[in-house]
Amino acid sequence: MNEVQTAPVPRRNLELVLLILALGVGAAAFYLVGSTTEGVDNSDFYVQMSIMAALALVVHVLLRIFAKYADPVILPITIALNSLGLAMIHRIDLAKGTSQSARQLLWTAIAIVIAAAVLWAVKDHRLLRRFTYIALLVSILLLLLPLIPGLGVTINGARIWIRMGSFSLQPGELAKITLSIFFAGYLSSNRDLILMAGHKFGPLQLPRLRDMAPMLIAWLLSIGVLVVQRDLGSAILFFGLFIVMVYVATARISWVLIGLLMVAVGGIVAGLTMSHVTRRLDVWLNAFDPAIYQATGGSMQIVEGLFGMADGGLFGTGLGAGSPYRVPLANSDMIIASFGEEIGLVGVTAIVLLYMLLVSRGLRAALGSRDTFGKLLAAGLSFTLGLQAVVIIGGVTRLIPLTGLATPFMAAGGSSLLANWIIIALLLLISHNSRRPTSGVSGPTDEIATPTKPKTSITKAVKSK
Amino acid sequence: MNDLVLSLFRLGFLVLIWLLVLSVVGSMRRDLAVGKRDRTGKPSARQLKKHPELAEPEAPARKPATTLAIVEGPLAGNSIPLNGQPIMFGRAQDATVVLDDDYASGRHARLFPQGSRWFIEDLGSTNGTFVGETQLSRAQAVELGQRIRIGKTVLELKA
Repeated sequence: MNEVQTAPVPRRNLELVLLILALGVGAAAFYLVGSTTEGVDNSDFYVQMSIMAALALVVHVLLRIFAKYADPVILPITIALNSLGLAMIHRIDLAKGTSQSARQLLWTAIAIVIAAAVLWAVKDHRLLRRFTYIALLVSILLLLLPLIPGLGVTINGARIWIRMGSFSLQPGELAKITLSIFFAGYLSSNRDLILMAGHKFGPLQLPRLRDMAPMLIAWLLSIGVLVVQRDLGSAILFFGLFIVMVYVATARISWVLIGLLMVAVGGIVAGLTMSHVTRRLDVWLNAFDPAIYQATGGSMQIVEGLFGMADGGLFGTGLGAGSPYRVPLANSDMIIASFGEEIGLVGVTAIVLLYMLLVSRGLRAALGSRDTFGKLLAAGLSFTLGLQAVVIIGGVTRLIPLTGLATPFMAAGGSSLLANWIIIALLLLISHNSRRPTSGVSGPTDEIATPTKPKTSITKAVKSK
Repeated sequence: MNDLVLSLFRLGFLVLIWLLVLSVVGSMRRDLAVGKRDRTGKPSARQLKKHPELAEPEAPARKPATTLAIVEGPLAGNSIPLNGQPIMFGRAQDATVVLDDDYASGRHARLFPQGSRWFIEDLGSTNGTFVGETQLSRAQAVELGQRIRIGKTVLELKA
């Protein structure tokens, strides 16, 4: 490079190249699934892949128009994960004779269209800051919806679904977006108060109750509703989101410690008192106990998944050649186990890396963002994606107890797909606003991060008082 | 399909998915380096080595601001010592500087230190915050002597 670059580069062409590569991965997966399974005509392959490619290109073109400077790798990674998921759901369909993949493709189309609508309608993420308290209200409504008799339905012991006709939805999935918007909006206006005012309590500085009250109410409500609805995975997700956003806003490690302490206490209490939590812990710790294996709701699912992954080994049995359909929910909760069996450790590592890269791009958008709200929102949203992936992949591999969270973009299930695509749309917008050229105003915009530097001086000032 | 061909295909798929991962990482590496240079327009260390003439002369050391003077408005004539803590302006009782001004919002703006400079950020006020004649749309660095206007109050940083 000889010349010094001064203008920001849109990098949409790079996105196109990566997108083609991502679609190639999806197409190869589809092709292998179809060609390995005998007696299946491969017409599905062309239909599904061309719809997927068309959708991806629509978003790409929209980005060229509305968010020229958006991050170039977010969309290709998402498309790759989504089409890999579709291919695996299709593969399980072929083995079981179900037609989940058509449904999933329909939901993918709906999700991408809505994400495109978000791109078009929002344009500037700062607009969302105006809806801080409305977002809180909407989150509460979304979380309470499944509890309404007649509307809410209980599936697999968790009352987190609403059904309208033949159409069912998990409103809690969308609540993670609205809650992120609320946390980001509230913390960006009240960060200083939370940081400075308050009592000192040993080495920790606790903020005044009234400064934290809306946050605590939001958090208690979401956790409370989730305990009532028996959805452990989402409870962990919301709790993690709360801690991370407060930490990113205040740069106080004490919050992380308090949060982890609360998790430990809450986990022990729940493990001792709530039967479904106790059972999950039991399944996790004694998975290979024959009695637990054979019990209904026992460890059969997770152990079969482990057997499958062991069978896959390093390189896998090959797509379409294993028997992942033996595991219950092989196309949703256990989809990572299905991949583990068929593409092996090498393939699953690549998938995990794709998630990691996606989260890192989200955090990069947060770093580059010029306003506090955008920073907090991008950090919260990308953390949400990351935590979901960690909780479910950790659960399937028996690193932590298995909880029913959807594997982002892969698992069969429309609500989670929709919510995660909206998250991607918001991350693309924030990254566009952070990489876009500034309109002639000087100043190291990039450096205005969370107040890590003032932190020490504030604590000193408090000490001196 | 032939078994050998199928095995090659399967291996090819794994190669393809890793190719995607590696090309994403490759593009990121460049992006991270470019992003920094973009905004400032400054040459990188490597470019400086090749072209020493690009090096800018060292900027004169900036005098740190020590006080914030209130130049106009109900509190005119007062000054506030800056001691490295952020300052919040607004009508709310919990603001650091409580402004008795109908044109100011409850939590109007905050002035905070970052590195050796002070930045002003609007907290979503109704009437906006101005540095000189321009309205803030994001956090902005404030130089000594620049006029910051919040409602009827005008502030200046003094060394």
